[in-house]
Amino acid sequence: MPTTAPAFADATASDSALRRFLFGLPGVDAVGLEARAASLGTRSIKTTAKAYAIDLAISMIDLTTLEGADTPGKVRALAAKAVNPDPTDRTTPRTAAVCVYPDMASTAAAAVAGSGVKVASVATAFPAGRAALDVKLADVRDAVAAGADEIDMVIDRGAFLSGRFLKVYEEILAVKAECGPARLKVIFETGELSTYDNIRRASWIGMLAGADFIKTSTGKVATNATPANTLLMLEAVRDFRAATGVQIGVKPAGGIRTTKDAVKFLVLVNETAGEDWLDPHWFRFGASSLLNDLLMQRQKLSTGRYSGPDYVTVD
Amino acid sequence: MSDNNRLGVFKTYKLYVGGKFPRSESGRVYEVTTKTSAAGTAGKGQWLANAPQSSRKDARDAVVAARKAFGGWSGATAYNRGQVLYRVAEMLEGRKEQFVREVAASEGLSKSKAAAAVDAAIDRWVWYAGWTDKIGQIAGGANPVAGPFFNLSTPEPTGVVAVLAPQKSSFLGLVSVIAPVIATGNTAVVIASADAPLPALSLGEVLATSDVPGGVVNILSGVTAEIAAPLAAHQDVNAIDLTGADAELAKELEIAAADNLKRVLRPQPVDTDGASDSEDWLASPGTHRLTAFLETKTVWHPTGALGAAGSSY
Repeated sequence: MPTTAPAFADATASDSALRRFLFGLPGVDAVGLEARAASLGTRSIKTTAKAYAIDLAISMIDLTTLEGADTPGKVRALAAKAVNPDPTDRTTPRTAAVCVYPDMASTAAAAVAGSGVKVASVATAFPAGRAALDVKLADVRDAVAAGADEIDMVIDRGAFLSGRFLKVYEEILAVKAECGPARLKVIFETGELSTYDNIRRASWIGMLAGADFIKTSTGKVATNATPANTLLMLEAVRDFRAATGVQIGVKPAGGIRTTKDAVKFLVLVNETAGEDWLDPHWFRFGASSLLNDLLMQRQKLSTGRYSGPDYVTVD
Repeated sequence: MSDNNRLGVFKTYKLYVGGKFPRSESGRVYEVTTKTSAAGTAGKGQWLANAPQSSRKDARDAVVAARKAFGGWSGATAYNRGQVLYRVAEMLEGRKEQFVREVAASEGLSKSKAAAAVDAAIDRWVWYAGWTDKIGQIAGGANPVAGPFFNLSTPEPTGVVAVLAPQKSSFLGLVSVIAPVIATGNTAVVIASADAPLPALSLGEVLATSDVPGGVVNILSGVTAEIAAPLAAHQDVNAIDLTGADAELAKELEIAAADNLKRVLRPQPVDTDGASDSEDWLASPGTHRLTAFLETKTVWHPTGALGAAGSSY
C-alpha cells in the first residue's frame, strides 16, 4: 500500500482537510465503550477453547525487552525463549517476534535466524519520540539495516495534541517509506492522548498513512493497553477494512500480564474485528511477563497440576 | 439476644486471602452447625452461620498470595517476626470472649472448657512468638569439620506451606499448626476444620489487624479433600502439613505431594476412633513443628590466616 487508500484520498490533501475528516469521525461513547469491553471480558473460556486461546496468545506475543540495562546476553536469552518458550514441552508454539531497541536488533536477528520468529525494533526516538525527523528516520534505517522485520514507531504526541495532524501523518508516511519491506507498527501512546476521541483520530491518521499495525502504547507510561482502548482500535481497523478493503493489524502493549487478560483481548478481537484478525499476522501482544503466565496455565492444562514460577524462566 | 426487641446482626463469615476477606470464588457457602452434644438434641446441631465453601481456584489464589508474601516475611528479621506474632496474641486476648463463644459452640464444650482452650491457644501463640529468634541456634550452628574451614549451618524457611488444620480442635489445634509454620518465616495456606471453621475465619480478622502482612496466612474453609488435593499437587507449594487429613486422604495427598518433592508432615495417629485429633493439643508441643518446615543452608568458609596461624578453629 503506497500511500493513502483511494477512498480517503482527499482526507489528507491538506491540514484543514485532515482536521475536517478527523473531527467528522463519530464521537466515542465512552461509557458505552467501557461497558462493552467489560461485558465481553466476562465470557467464560474453558477446556479446549482455553487451550486454543493459550496457544494462540503465545503465538501472538512480541516478547519484549526495552530497558536501559539490556545486554546482548539478555537479548539472546529472550530470543531463545521466543523460539522455544517451554523446553519441557515441544508442542508449545513459538512467539511471533522479539521486540528490542535498534542497537540490539542485529543481536536479536542473529539469535532467531531461521526460526521464523520475527525481529521487531522500536525506533523514532522511542519512547518519547522527541527528536528531529532526520534523527528518527536514521533510527529507522539503522534498525532495518540491522535486520529488523518490523518497526515500532511512536507518533509525535506533541504535534498531535497541539492539533498539527498533518505533521503526524507526514511523519508516519516518511517512516513508512524508510521501512522498505519491514512492517510498520504505529504507537499512539494512548495514555497520553487523554480522550477516546483522540485515540480514534490517531488510529485513522495511522491507517491513512499506511501503518501495517496500530499499537496502543509503549509500556512506559502509567496507562497502557486497556480492553476499552483496544476495542476502540479494533473498531477502527474493522471500519477501515470495510471502507478500503485494506486489513491492518492491532497490537495492545503494556500491562497485559495474565492469561485471563490475554483471553479477554482475544474475545474482543473475535467479537469486534472478527476471526480474520485471530492470527499472529494481524494481532499481537506487546508483553514480557505474560508469556510466563501463559506457560504456567498451559502446564496446568496438560498436567492437571497448578504450576509455579520455578518452572518457567525468570525473564 | 437478651433484648427481644432487637434484631441480631448476623455475621457473614468470609475467607482470608492475601490480607483481604473475599467470598469463595465459586459463590458457594455451607451451613455450620453446633456440635450435636452442645445442642443437646440428636442429629443435626443448631445453625450457627454460613461459611464459604472454597473451590480449587480459591486455593490457587491463596497460593499466589502466599508466594507474594514470602519474600517480605521470610526476609524480615526474626526479632521483628516475634514482635508481630506477639501482637497477634495481644489482639487475641482482646477478642477472647468471641473465641470462647465460637469454640464452645463449634466443639460442644462448656464455657469454662472452651475458655481454657482459648487461653491455652493464646499462650501457645506467645510461646511460638518467642521461638522466632531462637530456633536458629537450636536447628543450626557451627559444625566441626576436618579442615581449615568455618562450617556454619542455618535453618531457612522452606516457602509456602499448605496446612490442613485439625478437624476437632478448632482453635487450639489451629493455632498449634499455624504459629510454628509462620514463626520461622514460611507463609501458610490453611484449610480450616470442615465442621468447625468459624474460629479459624475469625482468626483471619485478628491477623488482619495485627501487623501480619497480607498473604502470610491465608485461611480457607470448605470440604477438606476438595481444597487439599490441588494444594498437594501444586508445583508452587513447598510443604504440606497433613494434620487434618484422615488416613485415606493423607495417603492420597502424600502421593500427590511427591511430584515436586514437597516436605510432608504426617503426624502418626494415636487415636483412630475419630472422636478426637491424633495429637493432644494441650500437651507441650516441642519444636518438631518448627523444624519440620525448614531447609538447612550450610556455608563453608576458609579460615585463612586464622588457620595458618595455628588457631584452633
